[in-house]
Amino acid sequence: MQTRIQAPPKAPASQIDVDAVRLDRVTKTFPPARRGAAPVTALDEVSLRVRSGEIVAVVGPSGCGKTTLLELVCGLVAPDAGTVESQAAALMAQRDLLLPWAGAADNAALALRVAGVDRRAARERASALLVDFGLGGFERARPHELSGGMRQRVAFARTLLAGRPVLCLDEPFAALDALTRLQMQDWLAATLHADPRTVVLVTHDVEEAVVLADRVVVLSQRPGRVLATLDVAAPRPRRRDDPELVALRARALAELAA
Amino acid sequence: MRALLVLLAVVGGWEAYVGFGGVDELLLPAPSAIAAALVDDRALLWSNFAVTAREIALGIAAALVLGLAAAVAIHLCQPVRRSLYPLLVTSQTIPIPVIAPLLVVWLGYDLAPKIVIVALVCVFPIVVSTLDALGRADADLRKLMRSFGATRWQTFRLVEAPAALPGLITGAKLSLAFAGIAAILAEWAGSESGLGHLVLQALPQFETARAYAGVLILAAFSVALFGALSLAERRLVPWAAAARP
Repeated sequence: MQTRIQAPPKAPASQIDVDAVRLDRVTKTFPPARRGAAPVTALDEVSLRVRSGEIVAVVGPSGCGKTTLLELVCGLVAPDAGTVESQAAALMAQRDLLLPWAGAADNAALALRVAGVDRRAARERASALLVDFGLGGFERARPHELSGGMRQRVAFARTLLAGRPVLCLDEPFAALDALTRLQMQDWLAATLHADPRTVVLVTHDVEEAVVLADRVVVLSQRPGRVLATLDVAAPRPRRRDDPELVALRARALAELAA
Repeated sequence: MRALLVLLAVVGGWEAYVGFGGVDELLLPAPSAIAAALVDDRALLWSNFAVTAREIALGIAAALVLGLAAAVAIHLCQPVRRSLYPLLVTSQTIPIPVIAPLLVVWLGYDLAPKIVIVALVCVFPIVVSTLDALGRADADLRKLMRSFGATRWQTFRLVEAPAALPGLITGAKLSLAFAGIAAILAEWAGSESGLGHLVLQALPQFETARAYAGVLILAAFSVALFGALSLAERRLVPWAAAARP
C-alpha cells in the first residue's frame, strides 16, 4: 500500500497541499472470531485525506475500527474494498512496546537497527533525540526504570527515528494517568509545533483530539463510518479553555452521542 | 534459613534414631558415619565424582547446544516443526533405563553413552521451554517490527531471541534436576567409574555409609549447579526479574 517508501520526512512548503494519506471508500471486514459468529465489519466506506504536514485526529467509540484504520495506512492489513494510498508510515501503539532488556537509547534506535544502521551510530542518533525529549541521563535506563510518561516519550522517539513521513499514533496516551496524559499532550503539541509532521492520531479522548489536531474526524460505532469532519483553526500554542476548542469539543461529543 | 533449621532437625532426629538402635547401621548409617565416610574415602569419592561431574557437564552442554538449535529451527521453519517436533515428543516416551544398556553395548563403557543419555534426558525441557518463550514474544511487537519493514531474521534477532533467553535458562534449570539421575542410570547400565558405579559397588560390600556419601555429593553438586544457574540468570536476564510484578 505504500506508494513511496523513501519519501522525505518533512514536506517542502511548496508541497503542503500534497496528500500524504488518502483513503477512498475503504471497507474492512474481519472473519468471525468463532465459527457461527458473524463477521465483523470494522470500517464501512471510510474516506479520509491527510495533507502533508497536517495533524488529523480520528475520534470514535471503542471498537469502531480506529486501530484498523491505522494498520491500513501503515500497510499492515489490506482493505477489502476501496483504495489506500499513503506515504510510508510509522506506527506508535497504545502500549509502549519497549524491549524490556534494552536501554532507552537502544529502544529508540530499534527502527534504525532494522534499517541497517550499526549499533553505535544508531544509539548515538537516538541518544541525541532523547536528550531533546528531556530524557538526558536515561539513555541506558531499562523500561522498568522509567515512568509511564518517559516510556511513551521513548516510544515516540522510536517512531520519529523510523524516518517515515507519516506518523500513525494509536491512542498514544490512553494508558497513562490523567495528569501525565495532559502533560504528554502539551509536550506532543510543542514537539510537533517545533518539528511539523504528518500525523494521524487515533484517540477516544475528544479533548486530546481538538488540542492537538488541525482537523478532527468523528467515526461512528462499528462498523466505523465518518460522521463528521471538524476543522480546528485555533492558533498554537493552544489553551484548553480556548472558547473555540471548548465549542468544538462539545460539537464532537454531540456527534458521537447522536 | 528456615530450610536449614528443618534440615538440622531431620539430621538430628536421624542420628538419634540410629543411635538408639531403631534400625540396623547397615541399612541406614547415622549421619556421623556418613560424615566419617566422606572424610575417610575422600580420595575415592573425589576421583569418582570427577567422572560423574564430567558426564553431567558435557551432557548438559550437548543438550543446550542441540536443544537451542532444535528450538530455533522448529520456531523459524514450519516444515521442521511438523517433522521434528512430534519425533522429539515421542523421544521423551522412551524409557531411558531400558535403552541405557543398549547404548552401552553400542557405544562402549566409557564417556560416550553417558553423555548421550544425559543429553537425551536434558534436551526435552530445554527445547520445550525455549520454544514456548520464542512463541510467546509479543504479537504487537512483531507487528511493530513489520511496520518498520523488518525481515523475519531481524525480528528473530532483535525481538524474539532476547525474549526467549529466560525460557532457555528455565529449561536448563529444569533439565539440571534430571541430569544427575540420568548420569547415575547411565553408570548403572555399565561403567568402570563414577559415583553411580561407586554406590553400586559399595552396597554389596556393606559400605552403606560410603554409598550415602556418594549420593550426598551428587545432590550437593546438583544444588550447586542450580545455584550457579540462578546467579547467571540474574546477571544475564535482569529484566525478567525486574519486570515481574
